[in-house]
Amino acid sequence: MNAWLEKKIIALGDGFMSIARAFGQGWLFMLLLVGALPASIVRVSAWIRQLYFAGVLSLPIILVAGLFVGMVLALQAYNILVNFNATETVGVMVALTLLRELGPVVAALLFAGRAASALTAEIGLMKSTEQLSALEMMGLDPFVRIFAPRFIAALIALPLLTMLFNVLGIFGGYLIGVEALGIDTGTFWSQMQAAVEWQEDVMGSVIKSLVFALVIAAIALFQGAQCLPTAEGVSMATTRTVVHSSLAVLGLDFVLTALMFD
Amino acid sequence: MTTSIVEIKQLSFARGERLIFDDVSISIPRGNITAIMGPSGTGKTTLLKLIAGQLTPSTGSVHVDGLNVHTLARADLFTLRQRMGMLFQSGALLTDLSVFENVALPLREHSKLPEVAIRQLVLMKLEAVGLRGAAWMMPSELSGGMSRRVALARAVALDPQMIFYDEPFAGQDPITMGVLVRLIRTLNDAMGLTSVVVTHDVDEVLSIADYAVVLSEGRVVSAGTTDALRASRDPWVKQFINGEADGPVPFNYPAPDYASDLWEAKR
Repeated sequence: MNAWLEKKIIALGDGFMSIARAFGQGWLFMLLLVGALPASIVRVSAWIRQLYFAGVLSLPIILVAGLFVGMVLALQAYNILVNFNATETVGVMVALTLLRELGPVVAALLFAGRAASALTAEIGLMKSTEQLSALEMMGLDPFVRIFAPRFIAALIALPLLTMLFNVLGIFGGYLIGVEALGIDTGTFWSQMQAAVEWQEDVMGSVIKSLVFALVIAAIALFQGAQCLPTAEGVSMATTRTVVHSSLAVLGLDFVLTALMFD
Repeated sequence: MTTSIVEIKQLSFARGERLIFDDVSISIPRGNITAIMGPSGTGKTTLLKLIAGQLTPSTGSVHVDGLNVHTLARADLFTLRQRMGMLFQSGALLTDLSVFENVALPLREHSKLPEVAIRQLVLMKLEAVGLRGAAWMMPSELSGGMSRRVALARAVALDPQMIFYDEPFAGQDPITMGVLVRLIRTLNDAMGLTSVVVTHDVDEVLSIADYAVVLSEGRVVSAGTTDALRASRDPWVKQFINGEADGPVPFNYPAPDYASDLWEAKR
């Protein structure tokens, strides 16, 4: 019984230690990453290149998804609101839902699947082919040359992608609401214009997507840098990136909503 | 030894539960080629990473050119590394840059040389490894031996004082191996380098090395000139150098008694 208890206590301590160690590594990584930002920002061509990979190449999926999410929202809103003779508020509902919640969250989830997973795989492969070690041995800091440019690119790309997602979503709502279901164009837009607040809704959307970009990029880069340098290790790290960043986005969205719209 | 450039003192290093180095002391003399040999899994690559400060030892110290590698600030360590070149097993060329740009990278980052001078230096380094003609190829178009030679040109781009080779001969055909062996010797003598070659290709490395250190199970088994190593009477060293299948290192992995193992129904 004593030995059993002892074993349990050791296992508990060991578990806490490994959690503490993971936290320590994560924060140390973030510290080095933030420290590398000033040196990296001036290398404009490096992060512009990453902006292309993370941002421009994510455009198709973001735009198509935005359009369909907006169309579905309008359809569902119409079917409910028609019972109350309030179909002119379909535009308001689509715009607010997109700006406040669905835009930042869905764009972030798509970004995690499309761009962040690629980031982890790329860095994991660079690690397993010793490219990161080679940089270090040349006296070049991988944080400045590899990690920070990708981090900067994600911070710029996701808010822009989110805005485009919102715009396409609203356009999708217009297509269904006005063009297909016959809501009056004037009321559709004017109701929306009256209800959407610049500060609270539009800037809120940007702030949310900025926070999500920060978390997703940090997770993706950290997982890439930490992965075991084998084929299996890289694939596991890529999966972890998508799972962790998706959960982090959903969890943080609740916290941010509670803070912003109390 | 006063002329040593790398001084490893009572170094221990553990990875998880496994002790990889146990109280190892090695000194690497300046201006020579030192071979570090040992069976697979004795941590030869780990030793290079400890010298370069990519890993931190549990106890003990590593001094390179009089500086303690593991107490240096990050920025100072990066400066020290400009005096070291390392050739990785895989070559480790950056896959998104051409051969020329790979070799030019350390020059562009650490010098303020004009483009003309960079071009000349890069082409000279590539000429030295016989690959000036491949300057505009991408790493994916190179054979394994060629990438290693490009990586070698990159490693000597900044004219380092010392260069570390991590298994330079592994998996190479005889011609490439001959080319690499000759390159290591000529570069060492022409540039006045200190070379450290980590390998288990005994014949190739002993043909060019001046000193040899043999590692096994976390300890130094033998250290001295290559002639002394060849003349060694230590049974372990003899087995390793001559590549005998059985000896102090048994052919059989420890196992229970053969006969009873065969007849036992299940464990």
